Amino acid sequence: MLLSVNNLEVSYGAIAALQGVSVSIDRGEIVALIGANGAGKTTLLRTISGLLKAKGGSVLWEGKKELRGLAAHEVVGLGISHVPEGRQIFPHLSARENLMLGGYQERSNGVLRERMERVFGLFPVLAERSEQRGGTLSGGEQQMLAIGRAMMGRPRLLLLDEPSLGLAPLVVRKIFQIIREINAEGTTIFLVEQNAHMALTVAHRGYVLQTGRVMLTDTASELLEHSDVKKAYLGG
Amino acid sequence: MDYLTQQLINGLSIGATYALIALGYTMVYGVLRLINFAHGEVYMMGAVVAYWIAIGIAPWGWPVWGALAVIFGGAMGACAVLGFAIEFFAYRPLRNKPRLVVLITAIGVSLLLQNLAQTRYVFGPTPEAFPAVIEAKTVVRWTMGGPDNVVTVSNLDLLSLGLSLGLMGVLAWVVLRTRQGLALRAVSYRFDTSSLMGINTNRTISFTFMLGSALAAVAGVVDAIRYDVRPLMGLMPGLKAFVAAVLGGIGSIPGAFVGGLVIGLIETLVKGYLSSAYSDAVAFVVLIVILLVRPSGILGRYEAEKL
Ligand SMILES: Nc1ncnc2c1ncn2[C@@H]1O[C@H](COP(=O)(O)OP(=O)(O)OP(=O)(O)O)[C@@H](O)[C@H]1O
Ligand SMILES: [Mg+2]
Repeated sequence: MLLSVNNLEVSYGAIAALQGVSVSIDRGEIVALIGANGAGKTTLLRTISGLLKAKGGSVLWEGKKELRGLAAHEVVGLGISHVPEGRQIFPHLSARENLMLGGYQERSNGVLRERMERVFGLFPVLAERSEQRGGTLSGGEQQMLAIGRAMMGRPRLLLLDEPSLGLAPLVVRKIFQIIREINAEGTTIFLVEQNAHMALTVAHRGYVLQTGRVMLTDTASELLEHSDVKKAYLGG
Repeated sequence: MDYLTQQLINGLSIGATYALIALGYTMVYGVLRLINFAHGEVYMMGAVVAYWIAIGIAPWGWPVWGALAVIFGGAMGACAVLGFAIEFFAYRPLRNKPRLVVLITAIGVSLLLQNLAQTRYVFGPTPEAFPAVIEAKTVVRWTMGGPDNVVTVSNLDLLSLGLSLGLMGVLAWVVLRTRQGLALRAVSYRFDTSSLMGINTNRTISFTFMLGSALAAVAGVVDAIRYDVRPLMGLMPGLKAFVAAVLGGIGSIPGAFVGGLVIGLIETLVKGYLSSAYSDAVAFVVLIVILLVRPSGILGRYEAEKL
């Protein structure tokens, strides 16, 4: 297992957001996590990244390294990049500077240039917009920039929090196509989505999170056919 | 005309030190949304350290440039360490506490440093003249029209303006062109997203305090040489530089620099044309006017609520 989350408990004061969540992700997979508003999806990603502290449970990297207790920048150093909910582009910095930040821990300019070329290959529009301030990019371009920025860290595991949020269907399709491409090139992906149909179409396996607990887990194709999933997340 | 020219030169010379202090206020505000009221005392400690170094090296009779390099370098280094310690011990434990708690702590640190400086272990209560490392000399003398119309520029004016402009250039390079500077600009926007980039936000905050404190030290040394050294010398320049930072738009680095020069000019012109009795008060009039008319300052930047 590349990443295994075991019995994770996370609270905001008295509110228990995660109540014993277990998830495992194997090398090379795309794993989807679906669930309604407030289910705890973002909380899970932020805890894996070290932005939130867990109350109980463990997060193991490659079966041996405990991530609980590490600071967020240390988690990045292990090869985990997180594309946060709402993209969180640095609005006052240029697209290029946003990308450079994604590769902050890499000191070699040569290596960074190479990585940026690869990101421009995935998202040609970013090359055209590289000197434009992040805040002036369109929603779709910002999402591409956020994913490109995370790829600048050459992650082994990419955490994506609702990449389809607020985007037109055509752009969503494009983003998911790129997610597949990134995965095909060897990056493992943990994909959080409310757009369950899209997510389960690209994923190999999936988890259904409901009010802080995993209710269901199966292969993506089985979940797409599951009656509860259809009823609750696929609009019938 | 010559009188006005002379006032403008004096104003820029004084404003240059305000600008150096204001840069520290604005950078710290940028990353922590905190007005570091102990910053004026860092400037004062720069003067104190310089004083001790100057006394220490006096017997060796070094050439002026060597002595100045050691004095400025030593004061900058010592203040960088002091700035680091202030953030680490006083502000970091309060990172998630209400703003008011941190503000009161800042005032506490300021009082602590003032009182420490008044003990004889650090400096002592009485003002001391700075050892004669460099003599004030007129280097430019400009006769305009007649023998009574003279404009002069002293070597200390040049030192003050030269250092201030040079350091502003270095700072612009650090902030706009280096990896550390990029981290600083990211952290000024958001902590959590910055740490997802792999930035150690605590280290970036320490770096910001050290940089700002070293710049304040330079201003402290210039004023120590120009006037004298005293434990409460940080009070007025500290407040005026704070006004300068607000005038320029708190959080804006070029704004702080311009604001410092403008406050220096206004103060000198008021002193020269109205009365020196108003020269300290004018900075506060400026503060009230900005807060009423344009709270975001001259180069006020886009303000985001910090998470
Ligand atoms: N900072 C916070 N303080 C208090 N409660 C919070 C905080 N952040 C989230 N919560 C609560 O924790 C629960 C899980 O929130 P989370 O953001 O993880 O959900 P989510 O599945 O990502 O939802 P969405 O699909 O809307 O993004 C919710 O009940 C939410 O109200
Ligand atoms: Mg969420």
